[in-house]
Amino acid sequence: MTVESTAARKTTRRSSGTKRTASASAKKAQDSQNSEPELVQLLTPEGERVQHPEYDIDLSADELRGLYRDMVLTRRFDAEATSLQRQGELGLWASLLGQEAAQIGSGRALRDDDYVFPTYREHGVAWCRGVDPTNLLGMFRGVNHGGWDPSTNNFHLYTIVLGSQTLHATGYAMGIAKDGADSAVLAYFGDGASSQGDVNESFVFSAVYNAPVVFFCQNNQWAISEPIEKQTRVPLYQRARGFGFPGVRVDGNDVLACLAVTRSALERARRGEGPTLIEAFTYRMAAHTTSDDPTRYRRDAEREAWEAKDPIQRLRTYMENEGHADAAFFEALEAESEELGKHVREVVRAMPVPDHMAIFDNVYADGHALVDEERAQFAAYQASFADGEAE
Amino acid sequence: MAVQNLPLARALNESLRKSLESDPKVVIMGLDVGKLGGVFRITDGLQKDFGEDRVIDTPLAESGIVGTAIGLALRGYRPVVEIQFDGFVFPAYDQIVTQLAKMRARSLGTVKMPVVIRIPYGGGIGAVEHHSESPEALFAHVAGLKVVTPANSSDAYWMLQQAIQSDDPVIFFEPKRRYWDKGEVDTEAIPGELHKARVAREGTDLTLAAYGPMVKTCLEVAAAAAEEGKSIEVLDLRSLSPIDFDTIQSSVEKTRRLVVVHEAPVFYGSGAEIAARITERCFYHLEAPVLRVGGYHAPYPPARLEEEYLPGLDRVLDAVDRSLAY
Repeated sequence: MTVESTAARKTTRRSSGTKRTASASAKKAQDSQNSEPELVQLLTPEGERVQHPEYDIDLSADELRGLYRDMVLTRRFDAEATSLQRQGELGLWASLLGQEAAQIGSGRALRDDDYVFPTYREHGVAWCRGVDPTNLLGMFRGVNHGGWDPSTNNFHLYTIVLGSQTLHATGYAMGIAKDGADSAVLAYFGDGASSQGDVNESFVFSAVYNAPVVFFCQNNQWAISEPIEKQTRVPLYQRARGFGFPGVRVDGNDVLACLAVTRSALERARRGEGPTLIEAFTYRMAAHTTSDDPTRYRRDAEREAWEAKDPIQRLRTYMENEGHADAAFFEALEAESEELGKHVREVVRAMPVPDHMAIFDNVYADGHALVDEERAQFAAYQASFADGEAE
Repeated sequence: MAVQNLPLARALNESLRKSLESDPKVVIMGLDVGKLGGVFRITDGLQKDFGEDRVIDTPLAESGIVGTAIGLALRGYRPVVEIQFDGFVFPAYDQIVTQLAKMRARSLGTVKMPVVIRIPYGGGIGAVEHHSESPEALFAHVAGLKVVTPANSSDAYWMLQQAIQSDDPVIFFEPKRRYWDKGEVDTEAIPGELHKARVAREGTDLTLAAYGPMVKTCLEVAAAAAEEGKSIEVLDLRSLSPIDFDTIQSSVEKTRRLVVVHEAPVFYGSGAEIAARITERCFYHLEAPVLRVGGYHAPYPPARLEEEYLPGLDRVLDAVDRSLAY
């Protein structure tokens, strides 16, 4: 066994809590992460409905079924994309497995005129915004870098550089305030991005300008191979206080709590009371991306512990126990899932490679002499092959 | 009165005022741009007349300034961002390069990014470290950005308005040591194209290509050379991305000699690009290799040494002589 893997085992042992070899301060930091302080929860992992004095919501059976459907279809879409990557149809995929409740709950709290700034994993939020899910796959197939019009669904392009979009979200929210509008902005980022300067600068700007923006941090415990202990020594939601606005930690695997907390924060923003930081405490069940190998840095036991908190299963248990959905609903949804998977598969495989000249498209709005020159050179070069074939 | 004699700094101020008046979506953002009017007073009086909503004092965070400007642009605004000094733009470099420059292409042309980033640049004012740099090549190298720099008051007045009206992100470099130089501004003239070079002085023996702060230096060189009977043509490039190679080519086909002058380090600099392109375009016209005069591959020196670092009259004249000796 190599030194590296021994060290990795020690780290994962520590994370799983079976053997504590960490220093006292590291242990304290870890405890503060895992003790789930003030975690807003409305639905337990066992599917029991619990009350919260501040964030309770009342949803109809129809609404519950809607949230369930969103989560199931998002997971199905995600699984299809993972398969397509394994089959070589996508160059990469960033799975959201395990984070469906955080994304659907927050996404369904939005109004149409709100605006979303995602990272590159918000497939469930995109679903809530009505973005055609196949649109998300262009960048992973390598035919574009996103390519949708953000204003169509008020859903900005995926941003790969960590945390950059939180500043765009803040600026956009400043614009909303200038316009005198009452919409709000929802900005997504992860626990890793919370270490970035841009995220901290967005906290400063949003607080100073009282911008109507809600920061939604999905703390999925891992930034590729780095655990949350490598990002922070205090629970992330507590950071908000230092910037002058409220922070709240929500059970990120509880779709009802995510919905209630996000709705409340968005309403607060609309009332002109400024930003809120929501930390959705959740878990990335899959790899960071399909290029990653989580077995090198975390143990199966950790994943198994989180599987017991699965967001979809707990809502299903609750709905079945309360009679909010019958067998026919679940069967129909199963069929719909399969249809979605089939549709995604077909669309991805049919995605054409863009025309070669697209390299030069949309670099500038007003044109650029060098781009024009290089476009002409490239066209002539391409044409030289066509001439050769003709001969 | 249409024609005024204004310092370059004042021309920029008038240009911003005109832009704020003519388009309610134009906002100015930056550190100290409000009550102070900017450390160089370029935004002097604007917050008083247009309010804190249009002339926005920001936290001291360059990435935050540019990043929120991108968000405002997505909301339909036209932010004009002030970075206080050249050497302080780098905390915002990530936002400029990875976000601002690429947003339009990533969105397949559906998103406009009408953001102007004003950067006072260059040396010659005896400033401390990080206050005298010339990073223009770093921005010109990035596809999606446009880079321009005026050399006189008239261009300062017109080019800034044109940059603000552009739907592309424009990095607007201001030659800070020329801020106090006066020049005529005709506020009713029809301005030239933003990305077209200007023949600042006609000549027949050699072309000096310069921009920003070095245009004045090169005009002085041409005047000195004229006393020795040499006829030097001086080009003010005005735009570094795109570069108006057609105007340079026409000049070089006439004079057959080219010396490029800039304050930035010569290594991998704008002069290298110009030398390479003009060699391709004018190989059979050239009587001498294209020469470059500029800064050295060393950190910008302490102020007491900057006169040695910056291209001055003698160094440029020396390059002129070397070119003419071929």
